[in-house]
Amino acid sequence: MIKRFSMGTLLLYGTLGLLVIAYLLPAYLAFVTALKLPGEITLPRSWDLPAEMNWKSFSQAFSLLRPNIVNSIILAISATFLSTLLGSLNGYVFSKWKFRGSEIIFTLFLFGMFIPYQVILIPLFQTLRAMNLYGGLPGLILAHVVYGLPITSLIFRNFYAQIPSALIESAMLDRAGFFSIYTRIVFPLSIPGFVVTSLWQFTQIWNEFLWGICLTRYQSNPITVGLAQLAGGQAVSWNLPMAGSILAAIPVLLIYVFLGRYFIKGLLAGSVKE
Amino acid sequence: MALVELIKVTKQFGKNRVVHGIDLEIKDNEFIVLVGPSGCGKSTVLRMVAGLESLSGGEIRIAGKSVSHTLPRDRNVAMVFQNYALYPHMTVYDNIAFSLKMAKKSKNETDRKVREAAEMLELTPFLMRKPAALSGGQRQRVAMGRAIVRKPDVFLFDEPLSNLDAQLRTQMRMELRKLLMKMKTTTIYVTHDQIEAMTLADRIVILKDGNIQQVGSPIDVFEKPASTFVATFIGNPPTNILSGIIHKKNKAFSVKIGELILPVPSEQDFEDGQEILVGIRPDAIKAGEKILSFPESWRFPGEIIVSEILGGQSLIEFMVEGVNMIAEVEGRILECPGAFMDLGFDLNRMMFFDSITEKAIRKR
Repeated sequence: MIKRFSMGTLLLYGTLGLLVIAYLLPAYLAFVTALKLPGEITLPRSWDLPAEMNWKSFSQAFSLLRPNIVNSIILAISATFLSTLLGSLNGYVFSKWKFRGSEIIFTLFLFGMFIPYQVILIPLFQTLRAMNLYGGLPGLILAHVVYGLPITSLIFRNFYAQIPSALIESAMLDRAGFFSIYTRIVFPLSIPGFVVTSLWQFTQIWNEFLWGICLTRYQSNPITVGLAQLAGGQAVSWNLPMAGSILAAIPVLLIYVFLGRYFIKGLLAGSVKE
Repeated sequence: MALVELIKVTKQFGKNRVVHGIDLEIKDNEFIVLVGPSGCGKSTVLRMVAGLESLSGGEIRIAGKSVSHTLPRDRNVAMVFQNYALYPHMTVYDNIAFSLKMAKKSKNETDRKVREAAEMLELTPFLMRKPAALSGGQRQRVAMGRAIVRKPDVFLFDEPLSNLDAQLRTQMRMELRKLLMKMKTTTIYVTHDQIEAMTLADRIVILKDGNIQQVGSPIDVFEKPASTFVATFIGNPPTNILSGIIHKKNKAFSVKIGELILPVPSEQDFEDGQEILVGIRPDAIKAGEKILSFPESWRFPGEIIVSEILGGQSLIEFMVEGVNMIAEVEGRILECPGAFMDLGFDLNRMMFFDSITEKAIRKR
């Protein structure tokens, strides 16, 4: 069979191609700028390829940003872990241990998802200061854990809604209690849910900037804040922030390249019958 | 092994009352089948015995102790669920061993009991498989293995065979019967299938709209149904229920249904002109040689409307004196619709029901 492109598909792929190019232009700009020597970076020649590959930008940016990267790794991993685990327990209760008023509590929980970061910034700042947690990583971790709970609880509740209640009831009759049902039945069945939720949380927390800058002191700044400082100096050699931003994007990019398909599957969980 | 007592048990979901004060005593080692149409509350009753639903009123006792406020795990009951509820991430072995692990039994004891149960259910070759790699019948057996390994006081079955195809269902029904005869444990079995009820039960409990209609042995509920509901629910094809009027003549009663007049053979007390419902089982209507032993007044020519041959028997829908009925007769009836054939009614098996309450009118 000879494949022939009709005008329609040609038009479709043409348009898509143009959109891809437009979408990738900033990435291209960041990449070529990162590879240029500081002296070569000028506005008129910003789209040109570098005359000489300056790979050193990446190592320089890395050494400048290292403390921030370490902070971000600690922050993202621990806040992701805690909010996912707690969200899973919440989802377990909201789907399988409903009690009088649990639906109302769950609905109130969901409101948390629609509150913008900025709105709670000042009360959050005051609360953390009152708790003596302002300025360091633990405070920021706590903030992210609490703020992440609505979405993680929602994902897990929907995920657990697919687990037949008869499984839980059967385990109850088999003399398993609340926690042993969780650890032996519910948890092993929800590994895909954990993948999805951790991906989501990790990305959110890694990319978050506003709380990072407002709630931590210099030595505890996450990578997003470190990058802003790198770009915000008086005489900036633009290759460094560009290299830094590429470095900062790598973890999240890798996650989506390798685990992205779980993500799509997981978000669709329950929406269609398998 | 235990006595199970239900005392004025009620259940309400919101304002909706689904079980209306049920009293039932289940003897030690007895096999009780709760049967009824969907929505009659049979599963709810079972789940209340298991402790998966709370009671809105009344009391449940197992082995003399009230369990109304006892957690499911402390009732020592085992349940087989309609969809089996096997733990999908565990092997057959772990599925069966789960309750023993939860009860913190030693490894040796657990292993011995699991292998014993697996042997009994012919599951030994599949112990290391996951449920997804099993056929429907094997899954069903694993679910049963999970229940018997615990040696519970009471077995609860919630429509355990309804997910199997017809042939496997018959086979599993017999295996289940044999297994439970060996186990000697009080059993409550819920089904909507009256054949399962008839074949498995020591006593059948027929439920309708959250009320008990009748409790009795399979033969009892078949031959002496307490109401027209039981008469039509138990037995297939259902009992012919016909409305008629009593005539009294020289102390002898007869009942007139349409233009059909049937003598009432047994000692019954009726009033002349009393309106009544008559029940005639399809298998109480005979054809061929069998009717020769019947008195003349029990025989009628019937006009065939439809006949269906079921191997050895035939179902005939026929009309006699303007009354429509179904008969289940021996042999193959090959007559065409419109043809007439001689039919005999075994009137000793005729049943009478009150025309208003639809309850049975018993012989004096």
